[in-house]
Amino acid sequence: MAGKPKLYYFDGRGKMESVRWLLAAAGVEFEEEFLETREQYEKLLQGGSLLFQQVPLVEIDGMKMVQTRAILSYIAAKYNLYGKDLKERALIDMYVGGTDDLMGFILMFPFLSAEDKEKQRALIIQKATSRYFPAYEKVLKDHGQDFLVGNNFSWADVHLLEAILMVEEKKADVLAGFPQLQAFKARISSIPTIKKFLEPGSQRKPVPDDKYVETVRSVLRMYYNIKAS
Amino acid sequence: MSGKPRLTYFNGRGRMEPVRWLLAAAGVEFEEKFLETREQYEKLIKDGELMFQQVPLVEIDGMKLVQTRAILSYLAGKYNLYGKDLKERAMIDMYVEGITDLTQMILMFPFSPPDAKEKNLESIKERATSRYFPVFEKVLKQHGQDFLVGNKLSWADVELIEAILAVEEKIPAVLSAFPQLQAFKRRMSNMPTIKKFLQPGSPRKPPPDEHYIENVMKILKM
Repeated sequence: MAGKPKLYYFDGRGKMESVRWLLAAAGVEFEEEFLETREQYEKLLQGGSLLFQQVPLVEIDGMKMVQTRAILSYIAAKYNLYGKDLKERALIDMYVGGTDDLMGFILMFPFLSAEDKEKQRALIIQKATSRYFPAYEKVLKDHGQDFLVGNNFSWADVHLLEAILMVEEKKADVLAGFPQLQAFKARISSIPTIKKFLEPGSQRKPVPDDKYVETVRSVLRMYYNIKAS
Repeated sequence: MSGKPRLTYFNGRGRMEPVRWLLAAAGVEFEEKFLETREQYEKLIKDGELMFQQVPLVEIDGMKLVQTRAILSYLAGKYNLYGKDLKERAMIDMYVEGITDLTQMILMFPFSPPDAKEKNLESIKERATSRYFPVFEKVLKQHGQDFLVGNKLSWADVELIEAILAVEEKIPAVLSAFPQLQAFKRRMSNMPTIKKFLQPGSPRKPPPDEHYIENVMKILKM
């Protein structure tokens, strides 16, 4: 029962965006079903599709996968974006862990109060420029290769590009002190599958807006403000 | 330069405890270096040991691994606790991630302000009994096997027994409606490597106390 993977999520980035990036980078077409109402969500719950009552949900290879990390690891391995052996996989996991932590600060951003947004924006930029970007800058500088791990395109590269672009949306010149990352960004962006994903009309989702926030709140009945990290 | 894996962390559970569990379950001896002062931590950072300036750090097979999931995935793969193929790995990952969401609540609990503790404890109880434990109860009931995935001990089983014991410390009767999990707990606790880990004198750490919390907050300047 092979067919395209099917993604169930809100019509927006959230936790599903990394999955869209990875499938797109691997050149894999996918379908999407967007959660717009509470009723749709309850129907998914009642149907037993959501193992822990949460989305993202990805139907792939006969499995109903939940838990973003599990989904991404499966896709990475299936499409040969997970290194050549256990040690390369460990490096990829380590690097992805970092970019995941960085994007985590951005994930909650739309749900913060206006005042907390200001503080969070400053925090995102501070973490990016003092903790995360220097680490990847060093990796690239030390080995001088085009890709983060094993001289081969991997999930880690896709995830890092995604993170870079998201931080740049908060501060356009954030890569100013990072020449390796600037070159990396240009290289990875020009990979054909990624280039295509970055063009209008792709399944890449825009920066979350008020409508997205409202939809998530009403579907999940999440009407409180999230606290900033 | 091979030798035992070396774990660097505070002298307590925190994010390192699942690593201790997994190594112990796999029958692998390890060394530990405990962070006791801010100076030690700053030295680790200055020496470039911590990729993202954070612990846990595990030195193993020539790598300085940080990021708990990366560490655990590597160990699970290395010690054959990660299923037999990609699909079993996917199941294990899904289960582990769910369990981690629950244990994350327990991890954060000691750091919550006193007036939030009762509410947080209620949340832990609610999540354990209505979201997480029912899933694993059902998995075990449906296949009738001893282990969660592929009829073989895996990382998912080790995470689950750790989580069950941690929740029970807070809510002693929490398994009362889950007979499969009660049997699972007994079975897992009797496995030789795990039984040994559960005995006094093992590297298993006790529940966090005031001293531990103070130490962490002092070292991380929280």
